[in-house]
Formats: sequence, C-alpha cells, structure tokens
Amino acid sequence: MSLTLPTLPHGRVLEVVRAPSPVLSVSGSLVDPADSAVVQLCADLVATMHVSPGCVGLAGTQVGVAVQAFCVDVSAHPKARTSHGLIVLLNAEILEASRNEKGREGCMSVPDLTGDVKRATKITVAGLLPLTGERVLITTDAFEARALQHEIDHCNGLLFLDRVASAHALHARKVYLDPRDSA
Amino acid sequence: MTSLAITVVGHDRPGIIAQAAEVLSQCGMNLEDSSMTLLRGHFAMTLICAGAADAGEVEAALQPMANGSLEVTVREVPDEPDLPPLGSSYLVTVHGADRLGIVARLAGVIAEAGGNVTDLTTRLSGSLYVLLAEVDLPRSTDVEALQARLTKVSAELGVDTTMRLLENDQL
Repeated sequence: MSLTLPTLPHGRVLEVVRAPSPVLSVSGSLVDPADSAVVQLCADLVATMHVSPGCVGLAGTQVGVAVQAFCVDVSAHPKARTSHGLIVLLNAEILEASRNEKGREGCMSVPDLTGDVKRATKITVAGLLPLTGERVLITTDAFEARALQHEIDHCNGLLFLDRVASAHALHARKVYLDPRDSA
Repeated sequence: MTSLAITVVGHDRPGIIAQAAEVLSQCGMNLEDSSMTLLRGHFAMTLICAGAADAGEVEAALQPMANGSLEVTVREVPDEPDLPPLGSSYLVTVHGADRLGIVARLAGVIAEAGGNVTDLTTRLSGSLYVLLAEVDLPRSTDVEALQARLTKVSAELGVDTTMRLLENDQL
C-alpha cells in the first residue's frame, strides 16, 4: 500500500514557524516538481517531520515557504487505519471526500492548542511526486485522511483554527507531566 | 420561586464546584444552566439557579466556601423567555497576533449587522490570539456583505477571520 517515492536528497531540519506568523495564512503557489529547490524542500520537510516527536505531517508554509508541498507519515500512529507510509505530494487537491467525523487535532504551528475539527474520513487526493512529477491518486481513510486534509489546508493558507466546530471546540493542550510533581 | 444569577471567580482549587453545589442544594436552590472554566488559571463560574431562597441568604451561605480567595456575587434575575433563534447560526473564527481592540472591532461589525453573539471564547496563547464566536443572524441579514465587512476589518487588524454556517446534525 506504500507509495513509491523517488529518492530525495539529504534533508535538513528546519525551524517550524508558529502562529501568528503571516506565512501560515498565505495560499501556497503551485510548484514545478523538477525544480531542485522544491525537491530539497521536500527532503527538508521529511527530515523535520521525522525529528519532531508526534509529528505526522508538515507543509511548506510551516517552514516559511508558501508553496503547495507537504509530507505525511501516519504509519507509526495508533489512530491510523489505512497508511501509505511516507507521502510527499506537490500541488495536491482533494478529488472526493465523504463521511465527515469530528476529531481533535493539534499542529506544530499552534503548539499549545488543540481543536475539534470535522473532516471527511474517506478521501481521494491527487498530487504530483517530487522530482519525477508523476501524478498519483491516493484513496485513504481515518487518520491518514485527516492528516492529508490538514496539510492540504496548510498549502491553502488555512489552519485547523479556521475549521473548529464550535465556540467551545478549542482546548489548551494538556501537559500530562505536571512540572510541580517533579520538583 | 426566584431565579438567582451567581458568579464565582478567583483562585482555583479542587472542590469548589462540589462545595458550591452542596451549599445551593442545602438552600433548596436547583442548579439550572451553568458554565465553568479556567480563564488564565482563574476559576470562573456563572450559573442560574431557581428556588425559594433569596439572594442575600444564598450569598451568605456561600461565603465560608469563598474563604477570601474567591469573589462570589448573587443577585436575583427575572425569568427570560427561552426563544429559539429566528435566523441561522454561524461560527466566526478569528486568529492572529494579539493587539488591542480585536474583539471590540469585530463584535462591533457583527452588532451593526444585527447579529447576536450567543457564545464566545477567546484564548491568548503566546502571541497568538484566537476568538471563536457563535452568532445568530436574522433572516434578513446580507451574509455576504457581513463577510466582506469582517474580511475588511480583519485585514486592518492583521488577523484572519472566517465565518461559516454552524452545522447542526439532526438525528
């Protein structure tokens, strides 16, 4: 079920920008998959995602580059049902979406808050692979579908904050280890 | 039968709600609608209760629980008609860098359009300010014009605003 990705160059770990950074609200421009800067950005996104604990996806806007590029990898996440392993997509769009369900989301760019967001649980996404520009279709469900929609939103300048379900759908991220207990 | 509006605000500790509810129960006051949260770490509760006790009696009964660290107010309120909204409910979401006047300006735009804010939460997280408001709009509201006005004022404030119809799934 895994996606066969072209071999990317060595990725660098980049700093993840946080809201209210204006770049997070910019709709990313379409990119040329063969552009070496784009290929390097893809490698950097993957490297940054992999060193960030709990991170299952990262988009260009989150490292300050407003382009249509993101990576997702939910393969190690307990909420995943279908998983395509590491996904790196450019100029992606959602072709079909159905079966909305509410779920709680966090984001590295909004580190202290989580929100209840309704998303489709079955989707088909089309996008281009970096380097080769091969067009791929990904049909998936559950957590991977949520992660893809979250990242495609980033590519369009949207945060989960723009999609929360009600006035009480935003929550402070719980700190499970109380610093007062370890004193 | 009187309805009382009670507010309790102050230093948070375990057991405030249990103690307040116990006092109200002993006063014969039935807890109706209530809302409690932590606002920047401060305990904050607002509730409406109904029963035979008067405001002074209930306020006096709550004082031992307040114990100097909580501010308690109790006052009698008239019954309000519980009418369903006439138009549609929308959720307005605002986020951006914190600055003075975001709520004032945007709530002003909503009020000018005849919108009634029925639920609102705001959060300051670092330098990120987030506002979520549920708004009832009368049927006659020009929703597109309101959206355009919100977008314009948001741009002046340097924040992002979205307004979406609130989904109510009828089961």
